[in-house]
Order: sequence, then C-alpha cells, then structure tokens
Amino acid sequence: MHTRRLEWIIERALFVCAALSVLTTAGIILVLAVETFEFLREVPVAEFLTGTEWTPLFATPRFGVLPLVAGTLLVSAIAMVVALPMGLLSAIYLSEYAPDGVRRIVKPVLEVLAGVPTVVYGYFALMFVTPLLQRVFPQMSGFNALSPGIVMGIMILPLVSSLSEDAMRAVPRGLREGAYALGATRMQTALQIVVPAAFSGITAAFILAVSRAVGETMIVAIAAGQQPRLTANPFVPLETMTAYIVQVSLGDTPQGTLEYRTIFAVGMLLFLMTFGLNLVSTWLRERFREVYS
Amino acid sequence: MKHRADALFRTVALGTLLLALAALGALVYDIVSGGIGRLNWQFLTSMASRRPEDAGIYHALAGSIWVIVLTGALALPLGVAAAVYLEEYGGRSRVARLIEINIANLAAVPSIIYGLLGLGVFVRVMGMGRSVLAGACTLALLALPVVILSTREALRTVPGSIREGSYALGATKWQTIWYQVLPMALPGILTGLILSLSRAIGETAPLITIGALTYIPFAPDGPWSPFTVLPIQIFNWVSRPQAAFKENAAAGILVLMALLLLMNLIAVFLRDRFQRQGRT
Amino acid sequence: MSVATPSVRSLSGLVARPGTASTAVSAPVKIDVDRMNFYYGAKRALDGISIQIRANLVTAFIGPSGCGKSTFLRSLNRMNDIIPGTRVEGTVLIDGQDIYTPGVDVVELRRRVGMVFQKSNPFPKSIFENVAYGLRINNMARSKAELNDRVEESLRQAAIFDEVKDRLHESALALSGGQQQRLCIARALAIRPEILLMDEPASALDPIATQRIEELIYDLKKTYTIVIVTHNMQQAARVSDHTAFFWLGRLVEYDRTDRIFTAPAEKLTEDYVTGRCG
Repeated sequence: MHTRRLEWIIERALFVCAALSVLTTAGIILVLAVETFEFLREVPVAEFLTGTEWTPLFATPRFGVLPLVAGTLLVSAIAMVVALPMGLLSAIYLSEYAPDGVRRIVKPVLEVLAGVPTVVYGYFALMFVTPLLQRVFPQMSGFNALSPGIVMGIMILPLVSSLSEDAMRAVPRGLREGAYALGATRMQTALQIVVPAAFSGITAAFILAVSRAVGETMIVAIAAGQQPRLTANPFVPLETMTAYIVQVSLGDTPQGTLEYRTIFAVGMLLFLMTFGLNLVSTWLRERFREVYS
Repeated sequence: MKHRADALFRTVALGTLLLALAALGALVYDIVSGGIGRLNWQFLTSMASRRPEDAGIYHALAGSIWVIVLTGALALPLGVAAAVYLEEYGGRSRVARLIEINIANLAAVPSIIYGLLGLGVFVRVMGMGRSVLAGACTLALLALPVVILSTREALRTVPGSIREGSYALGATKWQTIWYQVLPMALPGILTGLILSLSRAIGETAPLITIGALTYIPFAPDGPWSPFTVLPIQIFNWVSRPQAAFKENAAAGILVLMALLLLMNLIAVFLRDRFQRQGRT
Repeated sequence: MSVATPSVRSLSGLVARPGTASTAVSAPVKIDVDRMNFYYGAKRALDGISIQIRANLVTAFIGPSGCGKSTFLRSLNRMNDIIPGTRVEGTVLIDGQDIYTPGVDVVELRRRVGMVFQKSNPFPKSIFENVAYGLRINNMARSKAELNDRVEESLRQAAIFDEVKDRLHESALALSGGQQQRLCIARALAIRPEILLMDEPASALDPIATQRIEELIYDLKKTYTIVIVTHNMQQAARVSDHTAFFWLGRLVEYDRTDRIFTAPAEKLTEDYVTGRCG
C-alpha cells in the first residue's frame, strides 16, 4: 500500500510539472493583460490601434501604434521575399535532386545557420550588409528596413527549408513514380505533383516563418533604427514593435508609469499576432498529417 | 526543351542553396576579420570599460555561464518530469493533449514576450529583482518546450521490451521509469538539453527586457547578483558609434560562437555515444 | 466438471475430458480461468477461454500466429494492462484468488508470476545488475552478501553461471542470444516466482541454445509451474506435460500432451498437429 501511495504522489508531481507549461501561457496572458488594461484606461483603444503617431516619450505623448506595426510588417515582408522563395527552392533541391552525400553535408550547415544568435545577425546586418547595399543605393541611410529585412530572411531560410523539405518528403513515393511513369521531368514532378501535394505543410512552414519574423528582435534593434515612422520606404530608419520594447527596457523608465505600460501593450499586440499565426500553422500541419497517415 | 528546363531549374535551385551557404560564409568572414585582432588574453580577462582598448569580456562570459548553468539546473528536472508525464502517464487523455498543443504553441512565442513575462512575474511579483536568478528562470521557461520535446523523443527510443522486462519482475511504473527508462534515455535527454541551452545562451532580447544591465564592470558572485551576458555586451558595443567598440563586438561574437561550438560538440559527442549504445 | 480433470470448452461448447491415471492430472490446480474474454478496443481477441493449469507441470500453448496464445499468456500476469484500450471479462484465479478483482496489487502479482519474453530483453547494464534488479526493487536481499548469493544461485539455476562467472560486471549486451535468454530466465527466477510464463523463449535461438533452454525447463518444473507458448510443435511435444491448442481466439482442445499429438479429440487439432493447416 505504501508503494502505491508513493506512485500516486509521483504521478501527481509529474503532472504538476507538465501543467507548468499551461501556467506559463496563462502567466504570459495575465501579465500582458493586466498592464494593457491599465494602459487602456488612460489611452483609448481607438487611439492606440488607429493612431499614426507613436511618441510616448515626448512631452506631448501620442500613442498610435500603427507606425510600429507598419515597421514590423515592412521588415517582415522584406524577410519573406528573401526567405520564402529561397527556402522553398532549397527544399525542392534537397528533397528532389540532392544526392544523399550532399544532403548529409548541407543539412547540418543549414542548422548552423539557424543556430547563430540573433545579435550576431544584427552585427552582420549593420557592419556588412548595410555598407554593401549603400554602394548600390547611395541614398540609403545607415539604419534602414532593407538590410535587417534581408538578413532576417537569411536567418529564417533554414526554418522554411527544413519544414518544407519534411513536408515534401512525406509525400508518398507512389505519387512521384506515377508522374515519372507519365514521362514527367523532375522539375515537372516537383512543381506540379510534390509541391501541391505538400501544400498545406509548406504553407504551415511559411506562416511559422512570418511569425518568427514578426517576433524577431535583435536584428532590427541593431540595424533598423529607433524612429517610429509610418512609411513603406525601405531606405530610411524606422522602428518595429520588438525594437521599441528593447528601447524602453534599456532606459530607466520607472515601473507603474504610462511609458512603462506601453511595452506591455505593444507586447500584447505582438503576442496576439504571433499566437494567431502559430495557431493557423499548427492547424495546417495537423491537417497535412491527417492526409498522409 | 523539356530537359533544358529541368536542368535550368535544377541549377537555379542549387544556386539558391549555395547563395544561402555563401551568406553564412560572408558572416563568418566578416566576424573573424573584424574581431580576431582584438581577441587576446587581456580581452578575455578584463571587465567592461569606457575605453574600448581596456574593455574585456570576462564579466559577461562569467554572467553567461552563471545564467546558463542555473537555466540548465531549472529546465532539466522540470522538462524531464513534464516529458515523462506526457510520454509515460498522460496517454491519450484530453488534458495531456491540451498540454501538448500548449507546449507546441509556446515553442513559437517570440522570446521577447518571455522577457515581459519574466519582468512581470520573476522581477516584480516574486521580487527577485534584476538578478541572475530572474534571468535564469526566464530562460528556463523559454528553453522548456524544446527540452520537453527532445526528452519525449529520447524516451520514445527506449524499446517497449525493456519496460515489459521490468514490469514482469514486479517493478512499479515509477521504478521502471527511474531504473530502466531514464538511464537509457539519458544521453538523448542531455543532447536535447545542451542544444536548447545553446539557443538560450545566444538570447538577448528577453534578458534586456527583464533589465539585465548593459554596463556592469564586475562578474556576478551569486544567484542574486546583478549581471550581464555575452550577447547583451555585444549589443552594447555594436550600438556605440566608435569603430573600436565595433571591433570589441566582433571579438565578443567570436567568444560567444566558440562557446556555442563547444556546447554543440558536446551534444554531438553524446548523440554519437547514444547511437552506438542503441546499436549493440 | 471435475476439478481433477483438465477441462475444455471447444468450439462446440463444453467438452469435459475424463482424466487418466497419470501423475499429471492429480497435481493441484494453480491457475483456474473461467469463461475469459479479452478485447483490444472493440475487437475481441479471446473468446470464452476456460482452462485449469496445474502446479509443477509444464503446460504448452500451441496454435498458429495470431490465435491469441500470447495474448492469453500475457493476461496471466496482467502484462496486457500496459497496452491502452484492452479489457478482460470472466475470471482468472491463481491459487483461488481472482487476479482481476479491483484492489489486487498488480506489482505483487507480477512478482509471483514471472515472465520470459520471445526476444531476450536484458537491461543495458552488467550481468550482475540484471539479475540483482528484481531483488533490489522488491527489497528481497537484506545484505550485500545475500544479494550476491541470490544472484549466483539464480544464474546457476538458469545454467549460465559457469559461462559468465568471470565477467559478472560486464555488459549483458555482450552475451550471445542464447546466453541473453538464459540471463533473462535467471533474472525472472531471482525473485522466486511461483509461476513462470515463457513466451516463445527459444524462437530466436539456434538449435543448440534451444536445447539448453529446453533442458532448463525440464529442471525448473520441479520448483515452478511453467506455462510456455510455442509455435514449434516438436518443442511442445518435448517439454510439456499438457498442451492447449488455440485457434482464432478460442481454446479448441486441452489435454495431456501425448494425447494431443497422438489422439486428439478435435478434427481441427489433428489437422494442425499433422501440419494440414495453420
């Protein structure tokens, strides 16, 4: 009987550890919600979500989050222009063309690319890519959206490539053989059979990539500047939601002030955006798995 | 014609891949050429300074090691316990499924959000202040999803026959897990832990958010000490306009990358041992 | 239905078989199963099994793959409990006690009913630790000396001690297949079970290793009640006193081994043992 009670206690204890993850999610939502609620008592929701000026640290503060959102979306869009086609093409090469030996070498190298700390990518963007781009676009400022966008794309590329490749490799061999038997080339098979068959898996990878780009912090904090600006011009300094949180955290804004609460309000918006994207991605992946199992 | 298109497509696809690898090459070249000149014994043993030529990385290296060791000490037991529950006990219950979905989603939450969580919960509500411990707790939560996922994979590689053999001798479920399953899965678990810690050691944003200091001229002396870490020191140097600090940043990156390389080598070594053990 | 007789419920219902004057039938009943059904989810894998297994004899279960003989064996120490979605109906008595009533300590049950598996499954530890494991977790050795003695005794019982005595602390995974299987038998014997269930213990072994296991079974039945599942009919004929023939989840016939192989009552049994089906 004694061992049975012990077993019961152990199982409960293990359950508590597993449930900690739910507590983490709850904690995130609670912390963000409480401070956001306080923030919204002083700043109307409409002003926050539709205002076009973000100057919370000025003498006459304005709390329109759109410039930060626009900055985030511009950098993310540039990153996607790099990461999605390149990631997908790499995945097609690795899944449909590459000999085993090549795959064995390339995949770990891509893993290294994915494992480089983001602060290092930030240095790379500021010190290497920006000067390089300035030779092509002399009007480009030292801080801008283009350089961090491109570097972020390179950073996310391995994620897109490996998840897309997984999805394509899960497509049954019979489908490929069917296409080859009809005289299709490898390109036709890859583009007309394999990619469409793996479509929901690839889309899931793409959405996860967008979510990563939106939440990425250090590259933009280092190379994009700190000037909230509602613009589509990739050559001028701007500020993203994440970079703003870093900027305020670096100063000594006293807790409990409105400025302090802004980072939680921006964080809440960021959390909702990425969480929504993650849910869609998970749902698509589940659907993909159901089709091929 | 058909074949020309195919060959062209293949070349383009391969070219893209090579371009990505070339970017990695450029990154490595840029950092090595920028920082190797600054990397010497003085740099490794000195603290932060306002003069770039006197500044060093020692305090940040010590801070990173403090934080990462504590993070590992927190994430390992919690992550393994959670994984054991989900893999060995939870089964297909609805609660277990809910926890699984939750963990998958947590793995994709931006790290800076964890920083806000740490700021709200550890620094303020739990009163840890801007300490090594608060940083480690924050990074432990960040690392947990990966530790749990990799531990579950390691547990899954333990053959069912080992479990049955143990049960048939009158072992309880926990005895079976503790004496047979966990020891066999240990190398795999540690590999996953080290890989997740090597990601955590490069994290900057969550620690800036909880208020780790960017200028701090001493090494931490305990869990309650204020601290800085390598990536934050690098960020601090990158943000200075003087070229000499940029050189320090590159040298700091070299130190950080060396630390990462070391951790990855340990992980590869463990994985290799694990696989050899599985084969016999 | 006489308690002293192996009884059988065949496809056509209850068929009680009069006992003969052998020592076998006078042995006391150790395991008494009555109208047992077994389900994997909604699928019924065993259908109305009733059988009485006698103490200190070797009982063999034969039948084609998938006939349920292994499932039935594993239900005798509730090994199927760890497979989700399984369910048992009917009664399984061991020494008159129903092992499926709520409140039964499954762990204690498995200590009394040992098991050897089809594929040897030594733990990735030393030879010594493999045998000592069951003793340790069940607190069956009070001192280091007693532990050593019981490990050696078990290894001797399993007829493997002489082969491994010089390398007790080396990995069990370095042993040959036959040695590994005898080590697993030693491991099971160390905790002194009353019943030993063997699930095709020699199916992965070469003929010489098989012969050693069979000799071992013959020795062990003095002390243990042994139930062995085998797909090898010659093996059943060589080692067992009683044989039960399973077919599609049902127990077709159960009798003294010599009768099953020379004069079976059922046509199906005869077809199987003479190789005409299965």
